[in-house]
Amino acid sequence: MSAPYDLETGDAVHPGRPVQVDRYTVGARINHWVTAISLILLAISGLALFHPSLYFLTGLFGGGQMTRTIHPWIGVVLFFSFAGMFLRFWKANLWKSEDGTWMRRIRDVIAGHEEKLPELGKYNAGQKMVFWGMSLLIMVLITSGVVIWQAYFASYTTIEQQRIALLVHALAAVAIICVWIVHVYAAIWVKGTISAMTRGQVTGGWAWRHHRKWFRELVSSRKSGTRGTPAE
Amino acid sequence: MFPPIPNPTTAPVAPKLSDADLVRRSASGSPSQVEFKEPVAKLIDVSKCIGCKACQAACLEWNELHEEIGTFNGTYTNPPDLTPASLTLMRFTEWVNPETDNLEWLIRKDGCMHCADPGCLKACPAPGAIVQYSNGIVDFDHAKCIGCGYCVKGCPFNIPRISQVDHKAYKCTLCSDRVAVGQGPACQKACPTQAIVFGTKTQMKQWAEGRIKDLKSRGYKNAGLYDPPGVGGTHVMYVLQHADKPSIYAGLPDNPRISPIVEAWKGVTKYVGLGVMGFAALAGALHYLVNGANKVSPEDEANAEKLAAEKLSSGGRS
Repeated sequence: MSAPYDLETGDAVHPGRPVQVDRYTVGARINHWVTAISLILLAISGLALFHPSLYFLTGLFGGGQMTRTIHPWIGVVLFFSFAGMFLRFWKANLWKSEDGTWMRRIRDVIAGHEEKLPELGKYNAGQKMVFWGMSLLIMVLITSGVVIWQAYFASYTTIEQQRIALLVHALAAVAIICVWIVHVYAAIWVKGTISAMTRGQVTGGWAWRHHRKWFRELVSSRKSGTRGTPAE
Repeated sequence: MFPPIPNPTTAPVAPKLSDADLVRRSASGSPSQVEFKEPVAKLIDVSKCIGCKACQAACLEWNELHEEIGTFNGTYTNPPDLTPASLTLMRFTEWVNPETDNLEWLIRKDGCMHCADPGCLKACPAPGAIVQYSNGIVDFDHAKCIGCGYCVKGCPFNIPRISQVDHKAYKCTLCSDRVAVGQGPACQKACPTQAIVFGTKTQMKQWAEGRIKDLKSRGYKNAGLYDPPGVGGTHVMYVLQHADKPSIYAGLPDNPRISPIVEAWKGVTKYVGLGVMGFAALAGALHYLVNGANKVSPEDEANAEKLAAEKLSSGGRS
């Protein structure tokens, strides 16, 4: 492994019992949680206007008028926050040959038979699909969202275009909430994952089990956690 | 002459329209008990309109609205479009009849049509912000309106306007407050030629029949009533000289209906969307119950420690 495969800045190994592996920098974690909180607020405020049975959720934002006002602004925050994450993570999320193998053995993935899967880099195909799915859907949502942002942009498009934007926005929102459910469920199901986004670290065993290629590369590139000169 | 609605008494009259008259309420279930009232209608006879704009003035006055002073745009249509203050607007069209080569001045009083199947109400996400009374009037409740503009997308006639001041939707109420006490709308009251008449929908259809017969006898062979079935009929109807071509009257839709995109968005998407999200969450929960957590084993940790120890020490670093 000569050229860096998909190491990201800040990734490092700390020997010990257990081995600790730095996975996300403080910046990446803050970036992630700003995006996460925005997405959750957007989902709640959006669902409130999506189905009458959920309209009561507008109470969390100070009523219907406030929900209508604030929802697009949270969308703007999410867009820029996610743009930051995109710039951080896109390279490690490029599709690799082992991702195809992983996809073909999706049954083993679901059953938790990790030993039957190829060694993976920093992200598996599922994580990559969450990443690209989020990226695509956020583009669709911000574009259609601006079209239906009544207070500022209503005069720039025709009503017919706004109707299409409303339908597209609703469908994309349903899709992104499903992607989000997959994302959150995977973090809960695969134990030892959440610490990556809280303290920034995972155990060596977690890295060995789920992202062995990344772990091997980290170890052999001698990006140990000791402070000092970087790898040659 | 259509018998005018008599002037009201000066004594207070209890309103005849209340919540008990609502047949539909936006983003809500159907009301259980409705006291049905005779459907009303406003009939606008385009052939009798002289374009005086008394109706526009009466509308502003009755509803205490103040239109901003605008700029002249080269036509009699003033203001150039409906606004949150101008709930009705005379739209002027100069049309050359290809059959006679005559210039015809078509003046259509634009405003809410009070559809029997209201697209605005179906699109509205705020419970009770748009209501339909059993007499056919579709009304906005501004206390509940959130200013999202969905009604604008739902309307097949491009009628509601959102105020940039209070961010609420405005349109003609068919003077529901006047109708509630047995009066006709302000525009009808002000019309000097009876181009606007008001009564029950049955009466208006009968009256229109007589007008159409008269127009036909004067050579308008395509004269007819505009009561479009695509929206279940309307409670504001037009008598048109050329009912075969409604669109010549400043773009009156030939065959209006709620956009299929809006129907899809408010229909199948709403239910399937919630279903799909619920299914995703349920599938996760079920998977966890059946398969259990994906845990890192002690062997994984041991392997990691072994690899880290080997490589990092052979690398000659701390």
